[in-house]
Amino acid sequence: MQTRRETLKQSAIVASLLAASGLFPRMAFAAYNKGAFDAKTIADAVKALGGGAPAESKEVTLTAPDIAENGAVVPFGVATTLAGVKQMLILVEKNPSALVAKFDVTDAVEPNFSTRAKMGQSSDVYAVAITADGKAHFAKKEVKVTLGGCGG
Amino acid sequence: MADPMRIRAQAAGGNATVRVLMSHEMETGQRKDSAGKIIPAWHITEVTATHNGKPALSAEWGPAVAKNPFLQFTVKGAKAGDKIAITWKDNKGDTRTDEAVVS
Repeated sequence: MQTRRETLKQSAIVASLLAASGLFPRMAFAAYNKGAFDAKTIADAVKALGGGAPAESKEVTLTAPDIAENGAVVPFGVATTLAGVKQMLILVEKNPSALVAKFDVTDAVEPNFSTRAKMGQSSDVYAVAITADGKAHFAKKEVKVTLGGCGG
Repeated sequence: MADPMRIRAQAAGGNATVRVLMSHEMETGQRKDSAGKIIPAWHITEVTATHNGKPALSAEWGPAVAKNPFLQFTVKGAKAGDKIAITWKDNKGDTRTDEAVVS
């Protein structure tokens, strides 16, 4: 059985290894939310970004193909008509890491973004809008993938 | 660090639709090379855009964004002649900025 002393020593070693490898906060990257991108499930990713339990909403739209021929390049669009949205997220449920992208919404842009993402397999895709009060609203769509995009 | 981004910004009805095509491998960190070793993750982590120098958009991306990422967004209140600058940073610390003028 490990003594507390050994546990402490081990975590100190791990921490210094991490710091040495440069994974720890680099001030230049102030905002990158690694915790959210490492989250394995939709609920965890949303929670890591400060959102509450997501509720389905008609005011969030996710544009995605029904069938993606190439899982390496699947076009997604997310938009919302909600007011006071702070962040918009694209999540793919069955990807190794659920969160694909997060967009910070400011007054200077419309809450409407498109990008292309990789999907490992057919899965539900979620567009989530997190409003200033911390509520998360989502829309989801099932996207079938014929050729997985993660190279596995 | 690779090729320049292709940015098209078009004014339409008081806003400008900006389309960007960036050149980046976007390795997920899930693939293995021919020797069976995992190819380490190398992907854009942050994207920021400014409109005439003022921050307009910031986004964080995970490894799941496709290779040579495409991004489209709409800047409010932009008109022809305005400058849009897009910057990306990746998880290795590389960064790149390109500018375009709204047409």
